[in-house]
Amino acid sequence: MMPGSSGGSWKSSGTGGAGGDGGVPDQFPAGLRVLVVDDDSTCLMILEKMLRHCKYEVTKCNRAEVALSFLRENKNGFDVVISDVHMPDMDGFKLLEHIGLEMDLPVIMMSADDSKSVVMKGVTHGACDYLIKPVRIEALRNIWQHVVRKRKHEWKDFDPSASADEQKQPEEPDYSSSANEGNNWKNTKRRKDEDDEADERDESSSLKKPRVVWSVELHQQFVAAVNQLGIDKAVPKKILELMNVPGLTRENVASHLQKYRLYLRRLSGSQHPGGMNAGFMGSDAGYGSISSLNGLDLQALAASGQLGQLPPQSLATLQAAALGRSNNAKSTISVPVIDQRNLFSFENPKSRYPEVQSQHLTSNNSSKQINLLPGIPTNMEPKQFVSLHQSGHHSFGGMNNLVLIQMGGQSQVHVHSQNQTQSQAQSNVNTHNVLRQPVMSNEMLTRGGVADMAPTAVYNPVVSVSQASSLVNFSMNHKTDSCGTSYPLGGSLGISSLPTASSALQGDGNLDTKVSRKGIVPSYDIFNDLNQNRDWGLPDVGLTFDQSPHTIQSGLDGSNPLLHQHNRASGRDLGGHNRNLTSGKVVLPPGVETRTRHNGSNVGQPRNVYVKTENDIDGSCHNTLYSEQYGQDDLLAAILKQQQQQQGVGEPENEFVFDGYTLDDLPV
Amino acid sequence: MERNQMHRQIANTRKLMFDQGYLDEQFIQLEELQDGSNPNFVEEVVTLYYRDSARFLSNLDQALEKRPLDFSKLDNLMHQFKGSSTSIGAKKVKTECTHFRNYCNARNAEGCKRTFQNVKKEYTTLRKKLEAYFQMSRQVGPVETAYASSVVVCTIRYDTIHSLHLNIIHSNLPLRRCAARSH
Repeated sequence: MMPGSSGGSWKSSGTGGAGGDGGVPDQFPAGLRVLVVDDDSTCLMILEKMLRHCKYEVTKCNRAEVALSFLRENKNGFDVVISDVHMPDMDGFKLLEHIGLEMDLPVIMMSADDSKSVVMKGVTHGACDYLIKPVRIEALRNIWQHVVRKRKHEWKDFDPSASADEQKQPEEPDYSSSANEGNNWKNTKRRKDEDDEADERDESSSLKKPRVVWSVELHQQFVAAVNQLGIDKAVPKKILELMNVPGLTRENVASHLQKYRLYLRRLSGSQHPGGMNAGFMGSDAGYGSISSLNGLDLQALAASGQLGQLPPQSLATLQAAALGRSNNAKSTISVPVIDQRNLFSFENPKSRYPEVQSQHLTSNNSSKQINLLPGIPTNMEPKQFVSLHQSGHHSFGGMNNLVLIQMGGQSQVHVHSQNQTQSQAQSNVNTHNVLRQPVMSNEMLTRGGVADMAPTAVYNPVVSVSQASSLVNFSMNHKTDSCGTSYPLGGSLGISSLPTASSALQGDGNLDTKVSRKGIVPSYDIFNDLNQNRDWGLPDVGLTFDQSPHTIQSGLDGSNPLLHQHNRASGRDLGGHNRNLTSGKVVLPPGVETRTRHNGSNVGQPRNVYVKTENDIDGSCHNTLYSEQYGQDDLLAAILKQQQQQQGVGEPENEFVFDGYTLDDLPV
Repeated sequence: MERNQMHRQIANTRKLMFDQGYLDEQFIQLEELQDGSNPNFVEEVVTLYYRDSARFLSNLDQALEKRPLDFSKLDNLMHQFKGSSTSIGAKKVKTECTHFRNYCNARNAEGCKRTFQNVKKEYTTLRKKLEAYFQMSRQVGPVETAYASSVVVCTIRYDTIHSLHLNIIHSNLPLRRCAARSH
């Protein structure tokens, strides 16, 4: 069901820029627009009734994909989302990440499961609350606080560059020009103090919420600054100084950093409990423009703007790998290693998307670009990627860019290294793998690179082959000249950007979901070779990651974490599963590889190597097509899951083992 | 009169379900959500529950037929069913579901199968009771049923104040919407 009146509630005040309160502050929180997602129709019905009793406007849906499409179609149509954790079509946490990345809405998780680990997962993924079922109406009465809180915090973020900013905020820091802005500033400061909630509450309800749009360029600057400082040492103040963007506040940077960290963490398998939210991507800042991806429909990726959000770190890793190898961004997103990956990414996205994104794709790209990253607006503005795409690979259509961008920062180095290894790997990468890799690749790629890119290409070469051609560029490039795509992400990007692939993917439909989990793996083929040496331990993530592609994907979809994961995987529990490397090919994101192995290549990125393969990208996933219809996320999740499984799920290496994600949802 | 008796009976039936542990507090939450605009809310929800449960149980049955048993899948399926049962307040069913999941985690096939039989049994019993309960409630009038369940005697007309009083005491239920409806 479509959401109710969009501007109606008090919440919309921020978005439209309508001065003052867009809604009826005094009626607040009545009219709060809630989107409830739960596969259990009984629960859904009960929740709806309870929420209506609280005088909220309720929209319910029982599928995560549907929910995402609602959200995308009505960017400002909802104030808060309540989602179940265990859902068959998409893991609740994944949905949470998507929402955080794309729409940055407060998301409340709920589940009958009250175990600490799951609740912790909610926290690390950025959920603003966690309710235990059965949910009582009293618990629902207070959910408005999350909306208010978030609004207040959001004011701090604004897009100095005001590029394609829906906020239409003035570039100069003069945000206080409009009444809202003024409030924002005020609130921003207040937020620090958090002293007067009540007042702020009122204000926030009336204030517009100027969503800071982290444009591609801005994000690039951010990533560059972070990389320069080192992810571990990157503090908002210093980043702000390095970025030197007028009008940007420390708070903006801080919140963006938080998201970025979360994203990275996710990619790497939660190595860094930064508590960043998946919503790193934040608003679809300029991701759309990265259409230059080689044929890849990075747009899809970009569209989701998610790529842009990929934490530079994760991307960096990928990129490093990718870049390292081939500075020539052939495919724009130098997904060097990605050659294979790219292929993969292309393939995957396509294959994956059809299934995973059946909804998204159709909705997002109407078959034009496969949103490799579910939820990634097809029109991604490459801006973000651009920024990320330090390596200058712009050719990736949207996604690649995105991925590259992220990766660019770091993976540049890696890419190169990867290329080397990749070349070998690539040989087998064969487009097939790439193609095969279902959309997962996005996720997977980014995720963790570690994903075992089973060269076996779990998925039959999706049409993507043809499409992948474009994509393959990336990967191929690697292979052949291993340079262009220096971004490991490229690989993943490829997936997303498989513009052609998109079509292929779409056609492929079959890959979807199934592939999603498994598909991701394929992309790691490239990595396999690379990884082999390392002991990523990401053993078969089961995902036949074609290597680069997946890295990219992950990047795109915030899957950077995957990349990281992959990187980490090396050290992690994967337990030295090299096994995948060969077969399953844990294709660690280029970045990853370079780090561990190709010292030469990735120079730059040291940090991200935390490819935590521990996540389930276990060998178990070899070629197992995941029947899940996850989009990239799924892939990543799958990979992670596999890793985790391999490692012994739940190995809480970090407290943020994302095992919950995948394990639960991976179709056994 | 007869109506009162009916109401009393309904109230008793309801109380018994709580006392015997078939239903818990969550069911009361549902009843509280019921109002004039949606007078049969509880029954609707419960009907939805039956529908979903049929599916869950059948899936579980199938999954239990497989060899070897896929414990994580079983756990997943049961988790869903448990969630559903919890949301309507099916207490005993929920308990059995928990046992089942414990056996799943312990990978105890026999335990799983055995517990599953219990789950089904409890579910069937509850369903019968609820169906009887709702049927009775419907007999006294659809609108009144809404009140009958929670308040027991709310719908009793004022001409039966006496019995009203008696009923209230007798039912021992928390009086929730004691809105005396002048019907």
